[in-house]
Amino acid sequence: MRQLSKAAALAALLITAACSNTGGLFGGNGDGTDVNGLNGGPIDESSIAYFQQTIGDTVLFQVDQHTLTPEAIAILNQQAAWLNANPTATVLIEGHADEQGTRDYNTALGGRRANAVSAYLVSQGVADNRIQIISYGKERPLAVCSSETCWSQNRRAVTIVTSGPGV
Amino acid sequence: MRYLTHKLIAFLIALMLAPVMLAPSWAQTPTLNIDVNVGIREPVPFAVPIFIAENNGAQAVATEISRVIASDLISTGLFREIPAAAHISGVSDFNAPVQFADWRAINAQALIIGAVSTSGGQLTVKFRLFDVFAQAPMGDGIQFTGTEEGWRRIAHKVADTVYSRLTGEAGYFDSKVVFVSETGPKGDRRKRLAVMDHDGASLSFLTEDNAIVQSPRFSPNNREILYTSYESGQPRVVLMDIFTLQKRDFGDLQGMSFAPRFSPDGTRVVLSISNGSNTDIYAIDLRSGARTQLTSGPAIDTAPSFSPDGTQIVFESDRSGSQQIYVMSANGGEAKRISFGDGRYGTPVWSPRGDMIAFTKILGGQFHIGIMRTDGSNEKLLTRSFLDEGPTWSPNGRVLMFFRETPGADGAPQIYAVDISGRNLRMVNTPSFASDPAWSGLLQ
Repeated sequence: MRQLSKAAALAALLITAACSNTGGLFGGNGDGTDVNGLNGGPIDESSIAYFQQTIGDTVLFQVDQHTLTPEAIAILNQQAAWLNANPTATVLIEGHADEQGTRDYNTALGGRRANAVSAYLVSQGVADNRIQIISYGKERPLAVCSSETCWSQNRRAVTIVTSGPGV
Repeated sequence: MRYLTHKLIAFLIALMLAPVMLAPSWAQTPTLNIDVNVGIREPVPFAVPIFIAENNGAQAVATEISRVIASDLISTGLFREIPAAAHISGVSDFNAPVQFADWRAINAQALIIGAVSTSGGQLTVKFRLFDVFAQAPMGDGIQFTGTEEGWRRIAHKVADTVYSRLTGEAGYFDSKVVFVSETGPKGDRRKRLAVMDHDGASLSFLTEDNAIVQSPRFSPNNREILYTSYESGQPRVVLMDIFTLQKRDFGDLQGMSFAPRFSPDGTRVVLSISNGSNTDIYAIDLRSGARTQLTSGPAIDTAPSFSPDGTQIVFESDRSGSQQIYVMSANGGEAKRISFGDGRYGTPVWSPRGDMIAFTKILGGQFHIGIMRTDGSNEKLLTRSFLDEGPTWSPNGRVLMFFRETPGADGAPQIYAVDISGRNLRMVNTPSFASDPAWSGLLQ
């Protein structure tokens, strides 16, 4: 699983890197709002890069909460639309917690967060057999400082496309 | 790996400890008596002259054994060693009369005299403990026999006997600690299970670092461990025989499983199973595999720990809105909340004596290790830091180990020990970062 998500992330990085090179060399519009594909044209909306960069694969949570914020719901609406438009795609939702909690509790809390995202996507028409969840608790912080700046980034659920277009 | 495992097996199995009482006619009333409950204002001075090597081959190990005995006793904070440089009389004969005046002159209140011999891979260690001021032996002399490889365990056995005679408490040095050895950056920590002596020595690894591992726990017979592994892609409880390194899991538990612990009779396992929305506590019968749900409801119910008589389980739940500690029957059913102070309480562990619960408390952005009675009264916080977590009891219930993580991008965990008096906080030396310690019972 971990390997899969890493591979996906790596692929995304490569694509992003290719994009910015292309934009620079061939004179993209420069305002940074367009995401360009490898040929300098609009990025393929069914691509994982589009899912990760344009829609956003991560939603954030308040301290010790798994309630979806309005910002999270806005992202998840787009994730659901993408998944509905790409019906062969399956996803793994990783739930994470910040370091300000005990290990077992944070595993359970990360599970709640992943589940909250999963339940919302299902409510938006994504079949639940396309979704798997996992909790990493506080094992895999994205940001490593010990203040709210980092903790707020670590209280997250990340939707990783594990199969489907571009995987 | 193979080598280390074999070494571990040698340590744990090959040692055939055969205590033999020496000079059984010595009967006396010790006057030197240390109350571990009161907390010692001044550590009791003791001397342990290097054990006599009764043959040439025993010289090196005699020195090592003497040092481990001293180190064990010093680590309790109850005793202080009078260094060899201050000794007036040497000890060259195990049976020679003790020159009490010489030991008294340097204020050594307890004196440990010993002798070591080796023969064909076998090691024999005998010792006597004296109350210098009473000019009398404390208890009988004792002789241990084992393999030469097992010398460290024999040293711990001697230290346990000395500790026990001086304090009236059971010892805890001849024990193992299983823990998670950590390397790598904070955002991508590599974790391995490892086992070591209580003082950090004799370390051997039980897993590679290819998957996240968490919260190992010893079986009552100290031969197996339960832990959580991400090897399958999901957190799953695994049971490992630490001698053969053979692993088994519990089949498809329909969710993530974690926070395992054995029942005191070793026949059942309690753990948490989470489907994401809900985390409950289950018991699994190790023989039949039958699974019983012990808690229900939408709360996070986790970190179960049995009372030593096996009749009750203490656990944490956020059913009241925040993490708190509850006690229920070992068969589940209604639970009684026992933590009522400010803050959040987690990771409860029942003491081996049955009288206390150790826990992690989160209050005002700080983490504490604390203890309370099993009804929640007499709460006492023993430590405080940015992140102290996961207490585990020494076999005699007098000391707790836990892990302390430092803050920041370079923050990392180390294992610490503290007496239940709150005194004698000390770091346990490990070769890399270390977390999630779990103490075994006294070895047999």
